[in-house]
Amino acid sequence: FSMDVDTTAEERPKWDNKVQYLLTCIGFAVGLGNVWRFPYLCQTYGGGAFLIPYIIALIFEGIPLLHLELAIGQRLRTGSIGVWNSISPYIGGVGLASLTVSFLVGLYYNTILAWVLWYFFNSFQQPLPWSECPLNENRTAYIPECEKTSPVNYFWYRETLNITPAIEENGTLQWWLVICLATAWALVYICFIRGIETIGKAVYFTATFPYLVLTIFLIRALTLPGATDGLVYLFTPDVMLKNPTVWLDAATQIFFSLSLAFGGMIAFSSYNPQKNDCERDAVIVGVINSATSIYASIPIFSILGFKANSNYNDCLDKNILTITNAFNIGDQNVTRANYGSWIESLNVTNHKELESLNLQKCSLQTFLDESASGTGLAFIVFTEAVIKMPGSQVWAVLFFVMLFTLGLSSMFGNLEGVLTPLLDLHLVPKCIPKEAFTGLMCLVSFSIALIFTMGSGNYWLEIFNSYVGSVPLLIIAFFEITSVVYIYGIKRFSDDIKWMTGRYPNIYWQATWRVISPLMLLVVFVAYIVVQAQVPATYDAWNPNNVCISNTHIYLLYYYSIYFYSFTIFH
Amino acid sequence: MIQYLPIFKKMLQKYPGRNRERQNALVTETGDSPGMAKGMITGARGDTHDGYKVRLSIKTALGKDAYQWNEDEKFLFRATIAFAMRAYTKDESYNVSSVLICNETQRVSFWIQVKRPNTAIPVQQDLLEKAIISSRNRINSAFLLSDKTLEFVGITSTLPSPIEPSYPVWLVVFGVVIGIVTLGIIAIIVSGVLAKKRKIKEIEDGDELEKEDNIVENGIYCGVLEIKEGVNNGAFAHEDDSLTKL
Repeated sequence: FSMDVDTTAEERPKWDNKVQYLLTCIGFAVGLGNVWRFPYLCQTYGGGAFLIPYIIALIFEGIPLLHLELAIGQRLRTGSIGVWNSISPYIGGVGLASLTVSFLVGLYYNTILAWVLWYFFNSFQQPLPWSECPLNENRTAYIPECEKTSPVNYFWYRETLNITPAIEENGTLQWWLVICLATAWALVYICFIRGIETIGKAVYFTATFPYLVLTIFLIRALTLPGATDGLVYLFTPDVMLKNPTVWLDAATQIFFSLSLAFGGMIAFSSYNPQKNDCERDAVIVGVINSATSIYASIPIFSILGFKANSNYNDCLDKNILTITNAFNIGDQNVTRANYGSWIESLNVTNHKELESLNLQKCSLQTFLDESASGTGLAFIVFTEAVIKMPGSQVWAVLFFVMLFTLGLSSMFGNLEGVLTPLLDLHLVPKCIPKEAFTGLMCLVSFSIALIFTMGSGNYWLEIFNSYVGSVPLLIIAFFEITSVVYIYGIKRFSDDIKWMTGRYPNIYWQATWRVISPLMLLVVFVAYIVVQAQVPATYDAWNPNNVCISNTHIYLLYYYSIYFYSFTIFH
Repeated sequence: MIQYLPIFKKMLQKYPGRNRERQNALVTETGDSPGMAKGMITGARGDTHDGYKVRLSIKTALGKDAYQWNEDEKFLFRATIAFAMRAYTKDESYNVSSVLICNETQRVSFWIQVKRPNTAIPVQQDLLEKAIISSRNRINSAFLLSDKTLEFVGITSTLPSPIEPSYPVWLVVFGVVIGIVTLGIIAIIVSGVLAKKRKIKEIEDGDELEKEDNIVENGIYCGVLEIKEGVNNGAFAHEDDSLTKL
């Protein structure tokens, strides 16, 4: 009998069961973008019709790339650096680039989670702090910066970010954001402490809880007045498929939504037994990710419709009060229903006086058009909607916990994309236990991410998000697919898959891997560059003096990042 | 991954002056007759007197229970204003006859003017204002209305002071969360260290024993073999055996 067990196989951690693995991959793919980017795109490009380019992109770009990553990780059983080094030392840089992107994205992604935590902590008050403007020192009036915009805007820009007017003005570290960031990293650490051993248990909650909350919101939202306005607005098809930006946005959305090219998917599948049906896994993860996006857009837009309806009614009521007072009409004689006819008759009888009142034009469409994506949706638009709902605290808490769990499960993928390659390269001395190394990773990331807690932090974050988490990923993915197909060899790869799953990849996979997906990636990449190059690089700034947006030009980081990634790839 | 576009511009365009509702209580009326200064009445002969415009929104406040605004209500109103003057100036000669109501509209709105008792001279504007402010609550309650539904145009009502808790609530929640997380981290680390110590102890206890009891040899669990006092393999002889043999 030989005690010579295959030490690498014994030492390499593995998933407790298939469910853990699938939930982790789904959790990584399903993130904040499913909730706050997809519904916005859907609404911008005319709802139902946007689904066409979206599903086409999923079929021809998303799922093939996902299958490729899962298969290659499962076959070669190493993280991103090991995988690409095994295929060819010349493309080892792809792995390094993946690791860098994962690390940098993890930095700012967790800062967003810190903001979510801040709002979560503040949701346990009555009334919610973003519902009213605070008084000034004399207690004679509201703070003017708040009056000029709205309590929700003020709470976000001043009380949360304490944002400076421009990126050059650094401001100081905002202590409340620092401790929220520390909490966020502590929460990440506790789940990530032993790698997939602890992640696998954490995802049972973090990957499933968002669905529960979305369902609760769905039921609640559909009963709110004005919900149908929002839904109609979302799904009314506006067939503009001739516009190339629709296709570009659909392709980029699918790509970023599935969290490809981070190395995280490769890391997760490397802990699988080699005889595992990765083809089915890829299809499941891809389909569930897109289904979640569509499912999430329903309650989101119902609530946005409710908010638009509520704002519209407020606008009407304000005008009604104005004309009632101005023309001494009997109290409650002018109602929302007959407001229109009153205005018409007043226009005829007292035209000049009506003009002098400067009534605001109330249009439901305008309020519906105030859609948002990203942090604007979560921290401005949605928080405003929540204060109008009865039982605001409950909805606020649920919403922010949902956002946190969505982001947390994506963070696992980012961090595994860094940890697994480092472990595989044996850069971690054996004497350091894994808990200490993950702790060190979290500590280092936290320290660097303090930059985002400064007064100008939001500007830095936007830059990171726009330039780190976009073009480099496209480049990495393009090199991934071309190197697997043409350097590793599509025949060898297909044989590997046959060995792992028992089925030879059919014509769909062959066609997409060889031609369609690389071509789509190339087209998307070129189009992205072209679109970006036409507009000088700017960022939107908040100016408390004029309470307007000023644009400033920066060029540095964009060119730097392209240079940096090209360098690492061709290393 | 996230790709988001800020929409700050659109938000701001929508929100200028959004708090005008709150300002209703603060701001004076922009004037239903242009050129009329705040609080001035143009009398029948065109000369100005001190006074205030009052505006009631009874239906808004009471809905179905709204009462009809008639002569009796007007009488009560004049009486409450007289009461306010008496209470503030401590001058008991103010009477219902001191208070005049004119320019009534359907709204319901009208102008009031208070004269010094037994004279035709109107009282000072700020005296009237202070008197009304000090008895505002009583005046509102007499008519089942509030500051918002019984407006004295030009007299600001005090802003409702926001409910400020004595301690920042969010720090409490933060403390709870960070406490739980710290305990969790310590628990996991300690359990990991303990498990490792136990493992090392097991290895030291029996080098020759199989580590895990789910290792199978020739289809038989090694733990079972152990119980059966299985086959002695000379290559893994006990140290004791080798000693005693000698």
